[in-house]
Amino acid sequence: MTDPILRLEGIVKTFPGVRALDNVSLSVLPGEVHALMGENGAGKSTLMKVLGGLHQPDGGGIYMGRDRIVMSGPLEAKANGIVFIHQELSLAEELSVAENIYLGELPRKSFGRVDWSRLAEQTNAILKKLNVGFDARTLVGDLSIANQQMVEIARALTVDAKAVIFDEPTASLTDAEKVVLFDVIADLKADGVGIIYISHRMEEIFKITDRITVLRDGEYQGTVETANADEESVTQMMIGRKLDLSRNASHHELGDVAIEVRGLSCGGLYQEIDFEIYRGEVVGFYGLVGAGRTEIAETLFGLRDPSAGKILLDGQEVRIHSPADAIARGISLVPEDRKGQGLVLGMNCRDNMTLPQVDDLKAGPFVAEGAEIAIFDLYRDRLDIRTPGWKQKVGNLSGGNQQKIVIGKWLSMHPNVLIVDEPTRGIDVGSKSEIHNLLRGLAAQGYAVMVISSEMPEVLHVSDRIVAMYSGRIMRTFTSDEVTEDSLIQAISGLGDHRAA
Amino acid sequence: MKAGKLSDALKKGAIWGFILLELIFFSVAGQFLSLSDSAFMDLDNMLLLLKQSAPIGIIAIGMTIVMINGNIDLSVGATFAIAAIVLLDSMTWPIFAGLGDWVIPVSWLLALTVGTLLGALNGLIVWKTGVDAFIVTLGAMLGYRGMVFMFNGENPTSHLNWTLVDFAEAQLLGIHTPTWFLLGVTLAIWFVMTRTVHGRNAYAIGDNREAAVNAGIRVGPHMMINFAIIGFLAALSAVVFYSESGSVNPNDGQLYELWVITAVVLGGTKITGGAGSVIGTFGGVIAIQLLRKGLGHIGADTSTVNLVIGLILIAVLILDRQLNIRGKEELKL
Amino acid sequence: MATLTKQQIGSILAKQGILIAFALFMIAFALGNPKFLTVDNLFSVVRSSAILGVMALGVTFVVISGNLDLSVGSMMSFSTIVVLDLHDKIGPFLAIPAMFLMTLALGGLIGFLVGYLKLNSLIVTLGMLSAIHGLTLTYSGGQNMDIADKEGTWFSVFGQGTALGIPVPILIFAGLAALLGLVLAKTPFGRKVYAVGGNGTAATFSGIRRARTVFTCYLMSAGCVATAGLIQASRSLGSQNTVGQGLELEVLAAVILGGASLLGGSGTVFKTVIGVLILGFIQNGLLLIGLQFYVQFVVTWVIIILAVWLDVAAKRGKLWSPIA
Repeated sequence: MTDPILRLEGIVKTFPGVRALDNVSLSVLPGEVHALMGENGAGKSTLMKVLGGLHQPDGGGIYMGRDRIVMSGPLEAKANGIVFIHQELSLAEELSVAENIYLGELPRKSFGRVDWSRLAEQTNAILKKLNVGFDARTLVGDLSIANQQMVEIARALTVDAKAVIFDEPTASLTDAEKVVLFDVIADLKADGVGIIYISHRMEEIFKITDRITVLRDGEYQGTVETANADEESVTQMMIGRKLDLSRNASHHELGDVAIEVRGLSCGGLYQEIDFEIYRGEVVGFYGLVGAGRTEIAETLFGLRDPSAGKILLDGQEVRIHSPADAIARGISLVPEDRKGQGLVLGMNCRDNMTLPQVDDLKAGPFVAEGAEIAIFDLYRDRLDIRTPGWKQKVGNLSGGNQQKIVIGKWLSMHPNVLIVDEPTRGIDVGSKSEIHNLLRGLAAQGYAVMVISSEMPEVLHVSDRIVAMYSGRIMRTFTSDEVTEDSLIQAISGLGDHRAA
Repeated sequence: MKAGKLSDALKKGAIWGFILLELIFFSVAGQFLSLSDSAFMDLDNMLLLLKQSAPIGIIAIGMTIVMINGNIDLSVGATFAIAAIVLLDSMTWPIFAGLGDWVIPVSWLLALTVGTLLGALNGLIVWKTGVDAFIVTLGAMLGYRGMVFMFNGENPTSHLNWTLVDFAEAQLLGIHTPTWFLLGVTLAIWFVMTRTVHGRNAYAIGDNREAAVNAGIRVGPHMMINFAIIGFLAALSAVVFYSESGSVNPNDGQLYELWVITAVVLGGTKITGGAGSVIGTFGGVIAIQLLRKGLGHIGADTSTVNLVIGLILIAVLILDRQLNIRGKEELKL
Repeated sequence: MATLTKQQIGSILAKQGILIAFALFMIAFALGNPKFLTVDNLFSVVRSSAILGVMALGVTFVVISGNLDLSVGSMMSFSTIVVLDLHDKIGPFLAIPAMFLMTLALGGLIGFLVGYLKLNSLIVTLGMLSAIHGLTLTYSGGQNMDIADKEGTWFSVFGQGTALGIPVPILIFAGLAALLGLVLAKTPFGRKVYAVGGNGTAATFSGIRRARTVFTCYLMSAGCVATAGLIQASRSLGSQNTVGQGLELEVLAAVILGGASLLGGSGTVFKTVIGVLILGFIQNGLLLIGLQFYVQFVVTWVIIILAVWLDVAAKRGKLWSPIA
């Protein structure tokens, strides 16, 4: 039995309001590809930030070989031979490929000059190995996203790495590029490098990893040999038994069509979208990131102008030019990016919740604060929002409570159509099932609900019907009786695409 | 991708196209409107133009690297004035009385050192406190200006050293001393920004600070060095200018920061950092000076110059935005 | 949890720090010179701060909405020159509204460029600083502007008059501060200004018309500038073209000293008033204890940096920045 090359032992990390990591351990052997899995918000990225020295743990330790090390920052991580391949591209677009790959360690000549010839030589050697179609001097800003990802990956090959962390590296890669990536990983593995591989794609996990460690809600769920595991057991570990994900079908009567979309297109983002949502119905939109789901929601909410097609509300064709327009017509959007789009983090809970209707809540020229507090209290109780009081800054709440504030904000507007984009991203299981129940409950009350989600169990659980999208088009619409996981996966991968063929 | 490259090329070449346009316009308009007989494109006139660009130009080169780095420096005008006073005042200090003309390099060195230290102080504060550079240097603008007044109250500080004046007014190969300094500084900083590790890291920090931090680049020292450089260049600008004029008012250099930033932005440097070039700034400086002289040539007064420069700055911004819009698919925020 | 309470203590310090500093200054100056705390002296300080203060009120809105305004100084020169010129041409009754309209038009232009065209406010207002300065010089032909009959006009009331024993500039400043303080803290518009500055994207996603909010902030700022120009013109009844030059940065200093963040979303009218008064009292106090006016520049420098440093340090819970 070899010793682990890298070991995280009993890591604890607490943020105000959340226990992000609770006694999490992970060890990587030399020459091993170790998958780190878990749902969004399970603590994977926090754990990696602890490893990278960007967060200091409140407990536990990091060991390289037998030595305990204190990760004071990125420099420390690098000095220990730990390399991160980020999912969110951390590249400087105005610099060349070579400069990005060797960022922070450009080869020097006298007088602090960059040794360009050595830089180009080393870079081109790496690029050749990666078999990419650009050279060292290309500006990163001129590359496609996939090629930028390859630049990011090239960084792993520059230093004498002991451990490399790949965070969702294939998210934007084509199949051919994936093959190259897996070759790179195989080479690193052969050199005895320890690899942590973070991905949601089961297929890849089972193809290239040796062991799988699963996190859930910041807690360590266990480590299994990939060879002895299957998709079902891993999914079970990720989701746990706590979450009720049984199928739902409407037991109540559906009302009229609340919103109808016909032939809606928006340039290259999505084309010829047709669907309708009845009152009392939850329609789930499922697909890969970039399939065009969020863009449709943004169009319905007045944030994008469609290039063709029409939107009908209660049978009337409407043009929606702005969010204010959309809100006036009874459309609400709980956006995907809670912190960036949903909330003003520096404002208190009450002010965030009443923001869309602040013009209507007036006592003379002033905001009627009493009415605001009444609204806040009502939805705090209805949604069980846990906060010390309305004066609390939203930034201090946990993810789940923040999301409930956003949902409360829109429910208090009594919308006809409620669009919810990634309703449970980054929130704990308890809040997840509450939000699922809430969405079902809203449908029962007669709301028309559009749910966009990248988590299949969630879509299956909350939806009456499921729209499967691939590359800007609707592939198929399923009723909850007929849908199976296989057929859904096929539809969103573009397989069985009858129309495109 | 093609459209992006076209707009990039347009942007990079734009300042030189603009200069060309100015030259043509003022030459032609000058034929009809000018009160003087001499042509606008006269060689002496152009050489004088370069010389007059030097004080703002030298500082603008420094501002370019600070802005590429993602910061800004509003205190350059005050630093300029302090360095000028140190230069002129120190030449009269009794301890240097025995040096004769050797006092010149000593005073130069003193002035440059003071400028560098003041710049470095700004950098150190930005680094260690984490307060935004805009605020730190806004404060320093007041603070350094206060120090200027402390020297001599509201009175001007004067000292003419004729050796120095001769040097400053000299022309080597027909080019004035200040112009040589401007060219030398431009070349040196161009070298730093395109050829050295420090320069490339400065770009990386301004472009994507998080990426730079993740890559282990030490952001603080780089920022401080750049602030020290702009302090040095503000002092150098003063040293070059006041060697000739020999008298400094405590209000000298006021609003320089605004002129300098205008030149840098016209030259294509991004206000948010990460992109820009020293050569572009050089073009921006020339363009502004051409405008001043050209408008003067056709009989317009300073008021028109201010108006036109302001409007051009805004027009450039609008144009830049139009070129960067991605069309109808963009999210309407 | 220990870090949390530490942060809370820090944030209380940061919130009240400026008031504590203000109180300490007042005590120190009062001990240094008995004249400092006399009614006459206090009035004279507030009166001389009124012009800066009125401008700072408007800039507070702009800064909270997440933008900058560097053009207020040259805009104030413009209003002063215009109202003085028109006074003799069309009489004060018409001159004042005409000047307000012209200044508001300039503010509206900036608001359009920054709000609707989404241009960088720093550069736009920098350009406008230069352009408006040029406009003023063109308007005046580079000449100083004077009212012909300085004794016979009631126009001097805004700058020199008193009502109920209180100088009119103080009344204007106080009245405007109270009004705008209410607007910012209590009205839907004020709420939107905070939302737009705090997170413009989230504000848009909440149906707030961001461009309109920013536009309105610049209009309000221009209105304040016009008022300041009116006081200035009325006080001196004659003026140079450059009367407001450099004020933009002093105004910004006062607003920042009051604790508004340049990132937007925070600050209050009350705090800005405190910021203005601190600058005024420092100047006055230093003069009274026999120091030259320029010493206040240096003191202001130190205070601004300490104040903002305290603020950011409290927010991150650490004194020194984590920048490597």
